[in-house]
Amino acid sequence: MKIHEYQAKDIFSRYGVRVPRGRVAASAGEVMQVARELDGVVVVKAQIHAGGRGKGGGVKVVDGPGQARSAAEAMLGRPLVTHQTGPGGQVVRRVLVEEGLQIESELYAGMVLDRETARVTLILCSEGGVEIEEVARTHPEKILREPIDSLTGLMPHQVRRLAFGLGLSKSQVRAATAFLSGMYRAFVELDASLVEINPLVVTQAGDLVALDAKMSFDDNALFRHSDLVELRDVDEEEPAEVEASRFGLSYIRLDGNIGCMVNGAGLAMATMDIIKLCGGEPANFLDVGGGTDAGRVQAAFKIILSDENVKAVLVNIFGGIVRCDVIAEGMVEAIREVGIRVPLVVRLQGTLADRGREILAGSSLNVVSVESMHAAAEAAVREAQGVS
Amino acid sequence: MSVLVDKNTRVVIQGLGSAGKFHAATMVEYGTLVVAAAHPGKGGTEGKGIPIFNTVSEAVAETGADTSCIFVPAPGAADAILEATAAGIRLVVCITEGIPTLDMLKVKHALSGTSTTLIGPNCPGIITPGQTKVGIMPAPVHKPGRVGVLSRSGTLTYEAVDQLSRLGIGQSTCIGLGGDPVKGLDFIDGLKLFLADPQTGGVVMIGEIGGQAEEEAAAWIRENMSKPVVAFIAGRTAPPGRRMGHAGAIIAGGKGTADEKIRVLKKMGVLVVESPAEIGAGMQKALENGRR
Repeated sequence: MKIHEYQAKDIFSRYGVRVPRGRVAASAGEVMQVARELDGVVVVKAQIHAGGRGKGGGVKVVDGPGQARSAAEAMLGRPLVTHQTGPGGQVVRRVLVEEGLQIESELYAGMVLDRETARVTLILCSEGGVEIEEVARTHPEKILREPIDSLTGLMPHQVRRLAFGLGLSKSQVRAATAFLSGMYRAFVELDASLVEINPLVVTQAGDLVALDAKMSFDDNALFRHSDLVELRDVDEEEPAEVEASRFGLSYIRLDGNIGCMVNGAGLAMATMDIIKLCGGEPANFLDVGGGTDAGRVQAAFKIILSDENVKAVLVNIFGGIVRCDVIAEGMVEAIREVGIRVPLVVRLQGTLADRGREILAGSSLNVVSVESMHAAAEAAVREAQGVS
Repeated sequence: MSVLVDKNTRVVIQGLGSAGKFHAATMVEYGTLVVAAAHPGKGGTEGKGIPIFNTVSEAVAETGADTSCIFVPAPGAADAILEATAAGIRLVVCITEGIPTLDMLKVKHALSGTSTTLIGPNCPGIITPGQTKVGIMPAPVHKPGRVGVLSRSGTLTYEAVDQLSRLGIGQSTCIGLGGDPVKGLDFIDGLKLFLADPQTGGVVMIGEIGGQAEEEAAAWIRENMSKPVVAFIAGRTAPPGRRMGHAGAIIAGGKGTADEKIRVLKKMGVLVVESPAEIGAGMQKALENGRR
């Protein structure tokens, strides 16, 4: 689960990680009020989950309440397009208004889980404010890493190595210890999956401040953080994906025109891949899960068909514990209920697949029924091309 | 021969919710020696003739169970893994999906230095066809034979196994490694076991986006593996930054793409099939050619 910058900064400040003074605002009036309180140069930052806001015009440095108001009016209620939002952009519903800082230098600080060492790993870089992936590609030597032992936590010697490695002064190293320790505590206490401060700035006064803040959480651990669940902003998510999650379906919308309904995440990905191999483009990832019943199949069809780009639907089920006859019956029922305006290709394999195919054949539905995965993908691509 | 489990494996089921009960029954039906179940508060009772204990250590002491199969819900699953470890269980198979990653970090830490092997979590389990199944996979698609299977997926594994069996290629042991980012057994561990197993003549490896395990396995294969390995990597069409169902299936920071994994595997001499429909045929070809 992702959260907004202002929410991440609230969390950080609770953990002793210094952030700029400021407040979130949802109207131009509020923005003026905050700017007046802060006095002087302020920064108005659009609050959307996607990155690249600065380049998209979502971050403005302005002088005084009047300018802050104009900047906010240009953002609030309008879509902001960045390289991460897609062409339609994402509507800005809030802005964060913060004090402007006198910046000496910009660094990067991040924390992620390193899967191979099974450790939370701290990453620091002497170049902040730019994309870390880009630095990793062009100047890998500028990136410093410290894997953190879950028993000892982040140790002072690790901070010293990194901070001196970045050329910080002795007093700044002390500040860095408090800053990075706070970051680590927030990570482990709140079951984060990613913490990123880019840039982490050194001010002309010599302070370390999180100028930006990004934080996301392990969905699997949200059951023990009810306060974090409240930070979820469904406005930032694709409506069809929110709807799918209500039914326990894992759905991700893509750009293609062949809707997919598959049981199992690996098989769902493989189905997308084989569609592409056969010359088509998948419209979505959808895992209907193991305990599939008619209700879920119905919800899945509705969600797939809510995408107007879909020109054909491919159902790929490998029956294991779930029997294909049950799936077939559920499908017939679901389609009668939902109605389907595009060709449907169904591939049933595994437990009681023959019986499942008989049920489909015996129904009045117009279904292209195939046995192999390859034939199914080919048929779906052909059907999708046939519909104009 | 086979790896990790065979007809003598003695299984204790941890967690007797509806999934635990249902799958315990399918294991018994397959011939697995399910000798005990552990469920706090149900000790002293029994279900379908299988004695239930309050703790795993009692189950081990009373029945000689050496392998556990965990169905405990996610909030308690890490504890269940460590309970089995503390009881001296040799092989822990954790089916549970949705365990917090930081819980698994602690589990990995606690497991190092013990002699317990963990499979999973978020996996279908392990099966040695014709002998025993410890998990939730559909038994009928499997067939005893010479090919080892290692996979991060569930249904895609059944698909691959089904392709093998239809071509008359049986399996020595099939291991579902699980779809989580932090897990027990990984590709290299499995490859080592299959290399040492005289029955296994080749290995199918099914990977997916996320992490570096396939790349590391590729390097290991190049140095050590004398048996043919055929790989398929799912997720070439997956968008970056999105979790594709499995918690571990995510391209993060440009790392863990399917194309990169495929490139490295090919470079290290592994036969990578492009289509998920060709996994069985790929293995057939590799077996005919002998070495990889």
